[in-house]
Amino acid sequence: MYFCTYVLPKQMMNVGLFIPCYIDQFYPQVAIATLKLLEKVGCTVTYPLQQTCCGQPMANSGYEHLTGGCNDNFVRNFADCDYIVSPSGSCTLHIKHHLHATNETAATAIRSRIYELTEFLTDVVQVKTLEAAFPYRVGLHQSCHGQRGLHLAQMSELMAPPFSKPGQLLSMVDGLELVQLDRRDECCGFGGTFCVTEEAVSAKMGKDRVADHLRHGVHYITGVDVSCLMHMEGILKRANSTVQVRHIAEILTATL
Amino acid sequence: MNQLSLDHAGAAIEFNKNEPRVDWHDETLWFVRTKRDRAAAQVPEWEQLREAASQIKNYSLSNMHDLLEQFEQNAIKNGITVHWAADADEHNKIVHGIIQKAGADRMVKSKSMLTEECHLNDYLTRHGIEVIDSDLGERIVQLRGEPPSHIVLPAIHLTKADVGDTFHKHLGTDAGATDPQYLTEAARQHLRDTFLTRKVALTGVNFAIAETGGFVVCTNEGNADMGVHLADVHIAAMGFEKVIPRAEHLGVFLRLLARSATGQPITTFSSHFHRPRPGQEMHIVIVDNGRSRQLGRPDFRNSLKCIRCAACLNTCPVYRRSGGFSYHSAVAGPIGSILAPNLDMKLNADLPFASTLCGSCSNVCPVKIDIHDQLYKWRQVLMQEGYGPGSKTAAMKTMATVLESPRLYRMAGKIGRGVLRFAPVTVENKFNPWYTQREMPEPPAESFRDWYINNKKS
Repeated sequence: MYFCTYVLPKQMMNVGLFIPCYIDQFYPQVAIATLKLLEKVGCTVTYPLQQTCCGQPMANSGYEHLTGGCNDNFVRNFADCDYIVSPSGSCTLHIKHHLHATNETAATAIRSRIYELTEFLTDVVQVKTLEAAFPYRVGLHQSCHGQRGLHLAQMSELMAPPFSKPGQLLSMVDGLELVQLDRRDECCGFGGTFCVTEEAVSAKMGKDRVADHLRHGVHYITGVDVSCLMHMEGILKRANSTVQVRHIAEILTATL
Repeated sequence: MNQLSLDHAGAAIEFNKNEPRVDWHDETLWFVRTKRDRAAAQVPEWEQLREAASQIKNYSLSNMHDLLEQFEQNAIKNGITVHWAADADEHNKIVHGIIQKAGADRMVKSKSMLTEECHLNDYLTRHGIEVIDSDLGERIVQLRGEPPSHIVLPAIHLTKADVGDTFHKHLGTDAGATDPQYLTEAARQHLRDTFLTRKVALTGVNFAIAETGGFVVCTNEGNADMGVHLADVHIAAMGFEKVIPRAEHLGVFLRLLARSATGQPITTFSSHFHRPRPGQEMHIVIVDNGRSRQLGRPDFRNSLKCIRCAACLNTCPVYRRSGGFSYHSAVAGPIGSILAPNLDMKLNADLPFASTLCGSCSNVCPVKIDIHDQLYKWRQVLMQEGYGPGSKTAAMKTMATVLESPRLYRMAGKIGRGVLRFAPVTVENKFNPWYTQREMPEPPAESFRDWYINNKKS
């Protein structure tokens, strides 16, 4: 049983870990790093074992009406958590905007209690220091759903003061050199099913985004969404590049 | 290959066969986007201006009926003849009728996306009226028999060399000429003759002011003015959503329009027309053509706030890499993709999917249209109305069945990873669009859940 209060000392924060399906299946190391990071900053973390997918692949394809089963399953898994945290801006945004379920009261509560990992660390836990070291040149890919959807960082289109929650956390990592890109928040072209239905444009966008990072001599490309990173990794590997992708949780838990 | 006959994805494949050209197209439009950023940054109250524009437009949409009647009454008082057209066909017939009544068989036309939407040029040509587009970009594409590929920069898909070839063929300039000044001079001489000899001139309308019955036309070339100042008959064609309540509101829109469009503080010409000059006839054709229907759709009505600045095209990473013709619609890009399904759902069902939903379009929009949210909503409408391929619906149903069941999901994940690890050839082949230009992710032996059960669960 969990306490259902909103302001808790952080050692008592009961966090339900939501791991998007493709991370569970293809990038378990990202989920492990996320779990370790949350525990490191003092959270009590549970991974509800019957979770699957947020339903976004169907919804973004125009089939939101088929996501009822996913939604109910999500609510069954996470209704008891004080906070739900996920290493994905995109899946978090989907839940925040589109989660409706048979138990609508629980769904409404979840929509207001789900956080993407970096915003949870900067805004809720209010992390000021991190013991991490990553002595490399790193390019930050601003995944659109996290940035423009969840406002994890200021958007280049708006005439407003700059900020970056992922950037704030990366600046706490010893030795990490964050590069400035020519186009700091252009989409990589992953776009869910867009990556296969619009393969030509998707791949071209990915190649162009990767090229911006390569022009600035990065060793690693990082970001808050593994989907974008998976897409760019596929392009880097096809080009036999030595540059690698790392989810931000992997960098924030890296040690020498 | 005629890109206009393909769906967006198919046309984008054609466009991407020439990668250096895609790079050039992308960089040209990105340059316009950066000019917009610089111009907007120089206005300290930029975000407040966007909000003001958005609210004025919201007011106008909510009071459309009254504002249009007020506009009509004031225009008539000013001596302008006002016509109402329910659809494209009626618009074309009205324009044709005015030309016939004037005894003319030729017309000069400045930029009007509405007439593109109504296919006016085709209609008039079929009825023996010669139309010459006087906007330089539009004239170039007209000579080539193409539609505009961009609503502000109609010939942005063409290089200097392409223009040189076109002018050599149609205007007799030297073969291989690419000097912009030389080519522009040739166009200038050609259009000068047109301006001097046409008795009927048609313009678009950027803003129609209910309070005064006047309207404003914005151009950079002065071609609208050149056309109408020498013509006996001025026809102005407008979609009904162009109406704004008061003249003072121009102080909001004119500041936003050119900065958003090209990064200029204001268009070179902002021409205010209120009444015909002595001896001249002035007509306004107010067109619906599906706009009432769109106004009646709560999720999509505010697409009618659009002032046609094209900022969303310039910033769109998909538009820049697929070109305007891939949208097979008069208005391309993100805004076109939320307007076109209203005109024909079947024909334009592909367009709301020509986006990653990155949201940049909504952020640059000077009147704050929630473009990417509407793209998402159109996807839902189109699939529920049955405009998706049956194979897609079947695949989505299977996907939903697997993903909503923890047991099936885990089984499918295990099988998927196993296939990738032990028989990669089954997915690493030419039938997998992911694999065409990207490697597959490396599948791990165990899922996170497996790891968690083995290592963490107490």
